[in-house]
Amino acid sequence: MTVTAWLEHALQDANRRGLTSLGPLLEALARSVLALRAADWNLDPAGHTTRPSTGHGR
Amino acid sequence: MAAEPKTLAELSRALTKRSLSAEAALEHCLARIADRNQSLNAFITVLADEARAQARQADREIAAGHHRGPLHGVPISLKDIIDLRGVPTTAASRVREGFIAPQDAAVVARLREAGAVFVGKANLHEFAFGTTNEDSAFGPVRHPLDAARSPGGSSGGSAASVLAGMAYASIGTDTGGSVRIPAAACGLVGLKPTLGEVPADGVVPLSATMDHVGPLCRSVEDAATVYRVMSGSAGAARPAAARELRGLRCGVPRAYFLDLLDHDVAAQFDELCQRLTRAGAILDEVAIGHTAQIAPVYLHIVLAEAAAYHAPTLERQPGDYTPNVRIRLEMGRYILAEDYVRAMRGREVLTTEVNAALDGRDVLLLPSLAVPATRLGAATVQVGGVEEPVRNIMLRLTQLFNITGHPAISMPCGHTGEGLPVGVQLVGKSGRTPELLHVAATVESIC
Repeated sequence: MTVTAWLEHALQDANRRGLTSLGPLLEALARSVLALRAADWNLDPAGHTTRPSTGHGR
Repeated sequence: MAAEPKTLAELSRALTKRSLSAEAALEHCLARIADRNQSLNAFITVLADEARAQARQADREIAAGHHRGPLHGVPISLKDIIDLRGVPTTAASRVREGFIAPQDAAVVARLREAGAVFVGKANLHEFAFGTTNEDSAFGPVRHPLDAARSPGGSSGGSAASVLAGMAYASIGTDTGGSVRIPAAACGLVGLKPTLGEVPADGVVPLSATMDHVGPLCRSVEDAATVYRVMSGSAGAARPAAARELRGLRCGVPRAYFLDLLDHDVAAQFDELCQRLTRAGAILDEVAIGHTAQIAPVYLHIVLAEAAAYHAPTLERQPGDYTPNVRIRLEMGRYILAEDYVRAMRGREVLTTEVNAALDGRDVLLLPSLAVPATRLGAATVQVGGVEEPVRNIMLRLTQLFNITGHPAISMPCGHTGEGLPVGVQLVGKSGRTPELLHVAATVESIC
């Protein structure tokens, strides 16, 4: 599910349940989801993603 | 008349020498509770009669030569998320109204066997799901140094009880920083051991992947003493010689961790780094590669696991939660399984990165809390000219080590211009909490 679709569904469900205060929190969570999905440790079945750096200290 | 002991270690020596009785030490604590608990709200349940019975028993045993160890007769508070036999475990929530613990949590059983005296159950942020202790069915805890401020959380009542002299130590829990944050805000020592070293049986969970149980104390020596009992390693051999500062290797993760700090916190941390360098410690900069994903990884793990645990009561009795905690738990129910899996993979990556940063070094060194104790009711706080959400900034420097499970300790290292405590955090190698404590005791000497 794309983040856009997820957020749309989540907001609709929260509004249906009367939890309107969830709106801003879900939008913030969506930004967090985007950051998580952008991480280079996420593998691509097509084999395009490089292996993540382990960030060795200097 | 002998001065009242300031630390658990001093009290323990006085009890062993019998220059002070456990009963007298307890009465000092109970007097402070009577004097200040109404204003500080540190305790949900005070166990005066039960504690007196325990203290008298301790005195009888010590007089008979049956000394159980350094915690024998010492008044300790327990975060009210930890089961104590026959006493309510409220988790600061109406959700648990009527629940009486049928048995001690595993860690409490160890403390009881060691002769600790349980003064009471400390207030907390409801279900440990917050960093300020403001959202509690029993009202907020107030900072003993400034009643308009939070003592930090979620183990805020624990911290307030120790700072205000109501207990000589407290047992808290730390899922994103909830022992270290209030320790830093209150000028105490707070230890998060390596994940799994202290049993969490009988402790209400927040996020099983990241829940830790740890002590809040007045000194590193006290924290080490309590930790040894909690972890069941009281009989283990301890390092023989004092660790020297000269040659101590400290990695400082500057990028991200030092980017957003209160001016006074930054100044105190810099000053400590300079003192360490002058004493011969070797400080160098280390990098954690995926800092941009620390908060998303933490959020997805804690929200998903908390939501799974709370699902039945969110459906059955949602109104029994405080509104802020309820809404954040509800947020967790929208986490997708695929994103939770991504977060758990990120946990592996971040663990590898912290291990790499520690390779060839004794500890990582960074501040514990980016800002001093925040004002009650504040949703944001200004840091470096920018308004930041309180929750985000409170967790920023601690949550990584809950994700990875490395042992971490917060110690006081100065004050702001307004007299508020500032904390420094040391992080050790996984499974080597005693070594971390050894280093911390040495660093404490120049803090």
